[in-house]
Amino acid sequence: MSERLAVNKTYKQFIGGAFERSESGRSYPVVGAGGELLAHAVQGSRKDVRDAVVAARSAQEVWAGRTAYNRGQILYRVAEVMESRRGEFAAEVARAGDGCDGSMAAAETAAAIDRWVWYAGWADKFATVLGGANPVAGPYFNLSVPEPVGVVGIVAPGEPPLLPLVSRLAPVIVSGNSAVVLASERCPLAAVTLAETLALSDVPAGVVNIVTGHRDELVPPLAGHAAVDSLDLTGCGAEQGADAARQAAATITRVVSASTAERQWFDEAAQSPYLIDAFCETKTVWHPKGR
Amino acid sequence: MSDLLAVDASAGTADAVAGVRITPVDAVGLEQRAAALCARSIKTTSKGAALDLTVRVMDLTTLEGADTPERVKALCARARHPDAGDRSVPSVAAVCVYPELVSVAAEALAGASVVVASVAGGFPAGLAPLDARLAEIAGAVAAGADEVDIVLNRSAFLSGRYQKAYDEIAAAKQSCRPAHLKVILETGELGAYDQIRRASMLAMVAGADFIKTSTGKIGASATPATALCMAEAIRDMAEQTGRVVGLKLAGGVRTAKQAWHYLVIVGETLGSDWLGPERFRLGASSLLNDVLMQRAKLGSGRYQRREYFSVD
Repeated sequence: MSERLAVNKTYKQFIGGAFERSESGRSYPVVGAGGELLAHAVQGSRKDVRDAVVAARSAQEVWAGRTAYNRGQILYRVAEVMESRRGEFAAEVARAGDGCDGSMAAAETAAAIDRWVWYAGWADKFATVLGGANPVAGPYFNLSVPEPVGVVGIVAPGEPPLLPLVSRLAPVIVSGNSAVVLASERCPLAAVTLAETLALSDVPAGVVNIVTGHRDELVPPLAGHAAVDSLDLTGCGAEQGADAARQAAATITRVVSASTAERQWFDEAAQSPYLIDAFCETKTVWHPKGR
Repeated sequence: MSDLLAVDASAGTADAVAGVRITPVDAVGLEQRAAALCARSIKTTSKGAALDLTVRVMDLTTLEGADTPERVKALCARARHPDAGDRSVPSVAAVCVYPELVSVAAEALAGASVVVASVAGGFPAGLAPLDARLAEIAGAVAAGADEVDIVLNRSAFLSGRYQKAYDEIAAAKQSCRPAHLKVILETGELGAYDQIRRASMLAMVAGADFIKTSTGKIGASATPATALCMAEAIRDMAEQTGRVVGLKLAGGVRTAKQAWHYLVIVGETLGSDWLGPERFRLGASSLLNDVLMQRAKLGSGRYQRREYFSVD
């Protein structure tokens, strides 16, 4: 019997629940730590970013309209599906990582899955912790309720490939935001595989959109897009981040970036309910109180 | 006009329709050509020109049971100045309302370049008694409508009573003078491109100043292929008889991109003479906002958000 031919995966973008090539038709080589070719990833364009924002916009209200319990169940299922593909994730992380051996890759994958579980648990609790009844000088009930801001653009951290991405994405969508993620430019493959698990986990189409490609080309249209409500620029360099923040300011887009402590990806500090709060807006409700 | 006569032996209008052939339509070829025209890339200054032209040929439409005079007045204000913050945006071509609201629109648009169009003639089915339909048309014109959109009697047309359909349009043409008559074919109910072409010819020969795709009241509406089919009928009519008829596309045109696809189809089929409000219209209610968004994007370089533009 002849030797089997390799069946290689085409790593595509994830936009509106579909795996798509770029409208520009381009791709770019993704190389491993040793310089070997791992795959060709889609080189997205500003129009892909635009399409992703449109998809995120139309999905957001539906997602926010789900019950908190339902969102929690769905996020927990993401973790379940990732768990069943741990080997694949670990192999992908190991190939991409600089000086990353098998056991480190396995540890990163496990930590990423655990982080999904952790945030899934917060889905029906964060509103209680972050909101509350306020004492006011008048015959009113006064309640603060955190509500999702809307569409969040996430510039994912460059490395390592998986855990930082999950750490920034999960707190955004748990409250009912939708997200447009610019995957790591150097190691985007794990992000695409993560998209496959999202597609299998009842996450409604368009809630998470993942665009791959060159940061220089993709960050400006995302930052300048008026329909993006908040930006996580953790993955931007200093200069690029400052430019993006200036662009975002023109349309009053809130800008968030991970602190040094939050960038210790394996630490407790990298996960926090206050990260959920960073992508929420507090609504205050006044209700007259009877005597 | 042998085709019309061949099916309806009672036709007594051979003179009026003589010489107009109804050729069969190659459905596959039509759809392929329409798709090819829709793939054309329109960029930068061309896009800007296409967006402004889209506004200039737009029939801003509200045909809801819940239309109030105030709503129509607001629509008329938008028709004059589509973007309150940018006076460089041209006025639209017309405001299209129900007959009941024509006088409101006429008053609100007094002195503006925007004309008043009214649907009439038992819209959207066109199956009210003929007297009532004609009276409705005459009433709309008397109230100040410059253009009247009526519907083809599909019941008669689809059952082969072409003469009846023809006579009704001819009668409507008489009732609507001096206003322009637009005839809605409701292409989504005609079933085949051959039928669309036949209905187009019938309406044009019967006196339509414009032929229009759809009412917007059924699911199926204007598509690139039906637009191309009707544009080709208009082109052949002009070639064979010299009579110039306009084209109005309506229903389902929601994005600026769709709009410039239609501009390409019309420009390539009928020539640039048709690329103006005298001979081409786009009937739409939600298209204007998308055009304004794209226009703002072109000016600022930033993608816009819907909430920056008015709801209606």
